[in-house]
Amino acid sequence: MNLLKISWRNIIANPLNTTLSVILLAFGVGIISLLLLLEKQITEKFDRNIKDIDFVLGAKGSPVQLILANVYHVDAPTGNIKVEDAQKILKNPMVKDYIPLAYGDNYENYRIVGTNFKYPEHYGCQLAEGRLFSAPFEVTIGQKVAQEAKLKVGDTFTSVHGFDKEANEEDHHHATPFRVVGIFDRSDCAIDNLILTQVESVWMVHDHEEEHVHDETHDHEHSKEMTAYLIKKRNPLAAMMLANSTRETNMQIADPAIEINRLSQGFGIGTDTMKAIAILIMILSFVSVFISLYNSLKQRRYELALMRSMGGTRRTLFTIILQEGLLLVSIGFLVGALLSRIGLLVLSSILKENFHYELNDLGISPSELVLLAVTLLTGIVASLLPAVRAVRMDISKTLSNG
Amino acid sequence: MLQTKNIQFKYDGGPSFHFPDISCEEKGRLLILGESGKGKTTLLHLISGLLQPTSGEVTIKNQNTSALKGAALDRFRGKHVGIIFQTAHFVQSLTVLDNLLLPPFLTGSKIERSKALEILQRLNLKEKAFQLPSKLSVGEAQRVAIARAIINNPSLILADEPTSALDDKNAIEVIRLLEEQASTTGAALVIVTHDQRLKDHFKDHVNI
Repeated sequence: MNLLKISWRNIIANPLNTTLSVILLAFGVGIISLLLLLEKQITEKFDRNIKDIDFVLGAKGSPVQLILANVYHVDAPTGNIKVEDAQKILKNPMVKDYIPLAYGDNYENYRIVGTNFKYPEHYGCQLAEGRLFSAPFEVTIGQKVAQEAKLKVGDTFTSVHGFDKEANEEDHHHATPFRVVGIFDRSDCAIDNLILTQVESVWMVHDHEEEHVHDETHDHEHSKEMTAYLIKKRNPLAAMMLANSTRETNMQIADPAIEINRLSQGFGIGTDTMKAIAILIMILSFVSVFISLYNSLKQRRYELALMRSMGGTRRTLFTIILQEGLLLVSIGFLVGALLSRIGLLVLSSILKENFHYELNDLGISPSELVLLAVTLLTGIVASLLPAVRAVRMDISKTLSNG
Repeated sequence: MLQTKNIQFKYDGGPSFHFPDISCEEKGRLLILGESGKGKTTLLHLISGLLQPTSGEVTIKNQNTSALKGAALDRFRGKHVGIIFQTAHFVQSLTVLDNLLLPPFLTGSKIERSKALEILQRLNLKEKAFQLPSKLSVGEAQRVAIARAIINNPSLILADEPTSALDDKNAIEVIRLLEEQASTTGAALVIVTHDQRLKDHFKDHVNI
């Protein structure tokens, strides 16, 4: 027998009220906590991928798409640009360094990207096995690709054109097989989901393809195309000068930080609405906890007076009711936190299927601790008035009217 | 053991009462008889300290309870006085056994499950120990209320109209039970009632 037991028994003796309070609170907490988790992880992933890339040079089109396709590898590319055109811009002294990216075909929905060693180096990718690609048709693959597509060092595979894995698989298989020469360690950035090779391999696959489709008399030179260049700038003035130099070409320069910021502001309107709804639900749950305690107090006046007659003090009653409020909101918080984790896992599996993106950090964030504190405070405030009323109750009168 | 001296009580904007002095020896038996509206329940509440007299004093075990306040009074009452109210009430969310364990818990005394079970056995209620109070019949509920009043080994048991709703046979049965339990516990028994049938049963009675 202890006070917590008394509070607990009282809560479960009133399942309807309790369930209502817990559900409301769980949904409020669940939505807010899910938003907090998403915000944290998406920001982290975005930041990790942007890592010191100042600009992306690519074909004209939506700048957001250019960034999503070439920095995060989650959208279709905007198109290709000619190497010779790009070189004119890359020669600019404002460009400190650049990494070429040429989109090739894919294997099991994982993209084959032609690039050079600077790309994995830029993200600090370490090799888990084997070595980096050094000859045409050699590939070094990301950790996730190795796991999901079950590829080992020494394996060979043929690529598929475009992203429709199911349709016409036979027709679009390219003849020359790629050979896995290395596997990267997990880096938590886009490379985990990529198959890296030399730019030349991508070009060769395409020439081969063109030969298939068209007649023999075609100019190989036009194949020397890149999808994008990731650029590091030399000084802050670079933005304007580079943007100017792409004018009147079919190319554009986009700043990942600006574009992602624009994108997440669009996101932001959505999350702000969700937050407002969640806060409204939290307020409702506060009212529900209050009404539930207040009602149960009305029904239990005699019981509480009885406890006083048996030696319980005012403090005993105060504690019992305060505890009931705290228990209710704690259960609500726990259920809510659990719901948000489940929600995150569901979202993660959707993202994984569509974008090879995973959200897997289920830990407690500092902002969630703030949410817990707010929730507990809500519980205390909601139970304060009923508790004070219990303390002030005239026990003799209550017992006489029983 | 129990002594009241010149106690008066006035309800806010209500009637006022002046009660005759009452005294009861240790392990004594006392019947307080009074018609409705004479303030029987008020007197019981004054003796137990649920109400404080406007003037006069109540002494239990050499302690002037009218001088005690707040938590000290609650604890004193819980330890030394067992009250049986007119209708038996319980904490509905707790089992019969847990209801019995409430008085020792609330007074900070030792919680002895075995003792509680023993009392339930003595009152033929053992199989009800783990049921909720709402499942008890009226008679069973009254017996559990008696058990609860004696579990802390009080010096004084106060009973408010324990027989008013019962027929002759059951009334005698309940009085016998109360006396028996008071004897086992070594407590004084004070019954407040309008039930004239009990007059012959008790040597000492006071009319108010």
